[in-house]
Amino acid sequence: MTSIKNPIFRTEDLCAYYRDFMAIKHVTVSIPEKKVTAVMGPSGCGKTTFIRCLNRLHELTPGARITGKIYLRDKDILKMDPIVVRRKVGMVFQRPNPFPTMTIYENVLAGYKLLGIRLPKEVADRIVEDALRKAALWDEVKDVLHRRGTFLSGGQQQRLCIARALAVKPEVLLMDEPTSALDPKATLQIENLIVELKSTVTIVIVTHNMPQAGRISDYTAFFYLGELIEFGPTAEVFTNPKDPRTEEYLTGKFS
Amino acid sequence: MNNSYPARENWRRLKNRLILGTITVLALIPTVPLFLILFQLLHKGLSSLSLDFFLNLPAPPGEPGGGIANAIVGTIIIVGLATLIGVPISIMAGIYLSEYGKESKLAHAVRISADVLQGVPSIVIGIVAYAWVVRPMGHFSALSGSVALALMMIPVVVRTTEEVLRLVPDILREASLALGIPYWRTVLKVVLPTGMVGVTTGILIAVARIAGETAPLLFTAFGNQFMTFNPLEPMNALPLVIFNYATSPYEDWWQQAWGASIVLVFMVLALNIVSRLLARRIAGEK
Repeated sequence: MTSIKNPIFRTEDLCAYYRDFMAIKHVTVSIPEKKVTAVMGPSGCGKTTFIRCLNRLHELTPGARITGKIYLRDKDILKMDPIVVRRKVGMVFQRPNPFPTMTIYENVLAGYKLLGIRLPKEVADRIVEDALRKAALWDEVKDVLHRRGTFLSGGQQQRLCIARALAVKPEVLLMDEPTSALDPKATLQIENLIVELKSTVTIVIVTHNMPQAGRISDYTAFFYLGELIEFGPTAEVFTNPKDPRTEEYLTGKFS
Repeated sequence: MNNSYPARENWRRLKNRLILGTITVLALIPTVPLFLILFQLLHKGLSSLSLDFFLNLPAPPGEPGGGIANAIVGTIIIVGLATLIGVPISIMAGIYLSEYGKESKLAHAVRISADVLQGVPSIVIGIVAYAWVVRPMGHFSALSGSVALALMMIPVVVRTTEEVLRLVPDILREASLALGIPYWRTVLKVVLPTGMVGVTTGILIAVARIAGETAPLLFTAFGNQFMTFNPLEPMNALPLVIFNYATSPYEDWWQQAWGASIVLVFMVLALNIVSRLLARRIAGEK
């Protein structure tokens, strides 16, 4: 498989379990920095479980555990405090999930507010504007910052969640099918946003949508029944897959 | 033969109406007692309601102008204190059940205990509060009554808190955890505020239920002819006034018992309506 120089993430023989069920099987892979890596594969193949290992959200499921190693740069995140890991590795979920009790402004600052960190107003204002601009939402919400985030449309809510994740300045942004609950226009906005964001942050995105992976990703990891069966530059994986199962999936033989 | 079809259709239509009518009448029956109670209360007690009734202290039998000011204040203090004692414990227990204990053995034990406690007769709760608080203190007190009422309130608030917090979607917990927020902060600052309206509704329902309890107060708060704000002294309360006046031999006291009943029923009714409005707000948000 393709080797990556100076990867931001590197897993070694990573296995993830739900009780006795092995959801991720011996995955060794390197994720390139400041690129978009798409994680693809049929339903139930372990895509989501894989990225939930990378910010240690997997272990919150009762009975879940991880073996093997996951390096963030040179540090094994399985030996770090999960809270520290999650500050460096942000996440955007399948369904937009702004905090319903908070305003748009407070949602963006949630990473600070919920920790009890008090920021001077100028600093807070700057973080909010910065994050919302990066998430391409500033122009739409700059006049309604103090309204509830749940009043926004689905696509706006998802960009608000992206802003919230970006506000704590993570090195990696994990995205779990971030557009699957959105309409085509909102999907396109998020896709454009992802391409813009990769200059500042590494993105690992789970997607079911092949054309989407083709449009936005630089690398593709293909999972099948918990195994990583193919990894490489997206163009290569799509046009010249090495594993017959990848080809079957890409041509729609199964899904 | 042809003529029988419309006839049958008419018969079916008639049957339909008959059954609908019967069911509607049956459905109205449960509301009848409520209106009878309200009518009876207003009929018998309205004449004793006056500004003096709300502002004056009880008068000896036969003397005009007696009021229930001390009982209204007493009920507010006793129930308020019970809420202060019961709510923090209940919310913490509810958080434990929903966010930490979940399916553990301890959590099941807590749930069963709460359910059993809810089923303990209120008179028994009163005796227990007497043994725990009145005996050691050496005298009756509002505080002992509040302890008794808190014991009645706790199981209700524990279970509603648990249920409401369980309804908070997991994706909100994950959103917070994924930001690197510790679990306990996630619970206190995301889960609890999201479920707060529901928890408040549960508290109001519980308050409405305990406000009218008489048995737990009989040998705890005991009653008092005078105004007091000191929770360590015996204190009057609306249910105690009603009980004492209604069982007295004096006709003008019976009259006042009706008046006090109106005040109590409308206090409880108001709490119920507010909690309904809150509950509707939650339903509207979803």
